[in-house]
Amino acid sequence: MSYRPVPILMARDLTLSFGTLRALESVSLEIYPGEVLAIVGESGSGKTTLLNTLYGVLAPGAGEVRFGENGELDRCVQTLPRQQLRHLHRSAWGYVHQNPRDALRMEITAGGNIVERLMAAGEKHYGTLREKALFWLQKVEIDPKRIDDLPTTFSGGMQQRLQIARTLISHPYLLFMDEPTSGLDVSVQAGLLDLLRNLVSEQRMAVILVTHDLAVARLLAGRIAVMQRGRIIETGVTDQVLDDPQHPYTQLLVSSVLPA
Amino acid sequence: MTIYYNFAYLDEGTKKKIRRTLLKAVAIPGHQIPFASREMPLPYGWGTGGIQVTAAVIGPEDILKVIDQGSDDTTNAVSIRNFFRSTTGVRTTTSTREATLIQTRHRIPETPLHAGQILVYQVPMPEPLFKLEPRVSETIALHAMADYSLMYLKLYDQITRYGRIAIGYEYPVIVHDRYLTSPSPIPAYDVPKMHMSPALQLFGAGREKRLYAIPPYTRVIPLDFTDYPFDPVNTRQPCALCGAVESYKDEIVIDDAGNRQFICSDTDFCEHRR
Ligand SMILES: Nc1ncnc2c1ncn2[C@@H]1O[C@H](COP(=O)(O)OP(=O)(O)OP(=O)(O)O)[C@@H](O)[C@H]1O
Ligand SMILES: [Mg+2]
Repeated sequence: MSYRPVPILMARDLTLSFGTLRALESVSLEIYPGEVLAIVGESGSGKTTLLNTLYGVLAPGAGEVRFGENGELDRCVQTLPRQQLRHLHRSAWGYVHQNPRDALRMEITAGGNIVERLMAAGEKHYGTLREKALFWLQKVEIDPKRIDDLPTTFSGGMQQRLQIARTLISHPYLLFMDEPTSGLDVSVQAGLLDLLRNLVSEQRMAVILVTHDLAVARLLAGRIAVMQRGRIIETGVTDQVLDDPQHPYTQLLVSSVLPA
Repeated sequence: MTIYYNFAYLDEGTKKKIRRTLLKAVAIPGHQIPFASREMPLPYGWGTGGIQVTAAVIGPEDILKVIDQGSDDTTNAVSIRNFFRSTTGVRTTTSTREATLIQTRHRIPETPLHAGQILVYQVPMPEPLFKLEPRVSETIALHAMADYSLMYLKLYDQITRYGRIAIGYEYPVIVHDRYLTSPSPIPAYDVPKMHMSPALQLFGAGREKRLYAIPPYTRVIPLDFTDYPFDPVNTRQPCALCGAVESYKDEIVIDDAGNRQFICSDTDFCEHRR
């Protein structure tokens, strides 16, 4: 008997409209434990819409998203009770926003931001929370001395690192990221991408990464799905898709961004 | 000309509705229940919620005590007491032991309450998460999911900033191991008196149109961290009038030179000890 990995999340025939606009058209995909799947495509192709539908904050008109940790896709995002979905969002899953201000509590210190998920999970020892906050600050390469500073005093890159620490502290097995580096200067981007790559392999989590930057996809993702006008038109191993694109749209995308 | 008021001012239909809401509140300890708050002959912020609750539960046999900041003789306490005396004819008292019904703002009496008594709190803001999460729909969701990490965040930040949990009033509590609840703006020092109290505790917020309750013998646990346990501050100075050490004190300026004295805030308790 051959070993076939079981996906931890699977979407089937997702369709979603905003009024007359078809934002998703019969989208299906799987994500396997520990892999990084990049969703690429031009602006307006439906990447964020797809990510948010998989995450369960947008409801599709048709189709479903199933998931499960134990080798069975026994739960459905669309029919999950709100309380369970929230619990999932607060611990086993994580979401990194493009703009860290959408996730951070700007009036709470960096340390407080990092440990919120632990408190939600019931950690009631202040000393332990401090230790964990310091540990994660170091992990995302922020000076631990900044633990009691407000995020408003942090640079954009540091705020993004803070958001990552705050999300990863609960050790999610599945991470959703929407353009996590695109708001940043190129030099800052490089450092953050390095950090993300290390954390992702160290934490052994699966990642669904939305990006319009094929270089980011190349660096982080094992597989890639290319979107155009709400459809996934090509999917495969990253190097294969980027080096030998089959679909004319992918060929256009690759040639415009990665000149030979 | 004599003006006729219904017993306890409110009409029977209104009282019945409030009592039904209170029954719900008692059935779900610490959970805020919306109610149709009525116009009362005094402005919001002067205890309209507490007065409506008192009006709904008071009967001809009751003996009523009204306190404001622990005192029976402030303007507010006196006018609420007079209001009920004139609209019900019930006996009033300043004695905590004798009262069957006590309406209060900002304090719990020092004298332990006993079974059969009802304590009615005037509540300005019933939602403990209000300052942390302004969206009402979101606070309702947080309560439904018992997700109180926001309040823990506040405590975390206080320890970080001040080295301790510096909440002197309106200290957040968990009622019956379930709902995060505001004890109303009583001093943190009074909060332990709520835990397993033999008395029924009712809370009325007139402007915010919410009622909630803590039935007798219910667990009321202050939020804290295991290594920073709940530890309310109170002066160790004895009362200048009665010598009590354990009671909650007001600090009062006594002359033009700015000299100060600590005096029991509970006037009934203090007078009985002198
Ligand atoms: N809430 C909404 N209401 C109406 N239309 C929307 C809404 N959200 C997205 N759209 C439309 O749906 C389409 C897909 O949008 P989406 O944000 O998913 O694209 P994207 O691939 O993430 O683009 P970008 O790279 O610019 O972030 C676009 O045409 C967009 O205008
Ligand atoms: Mg987008």
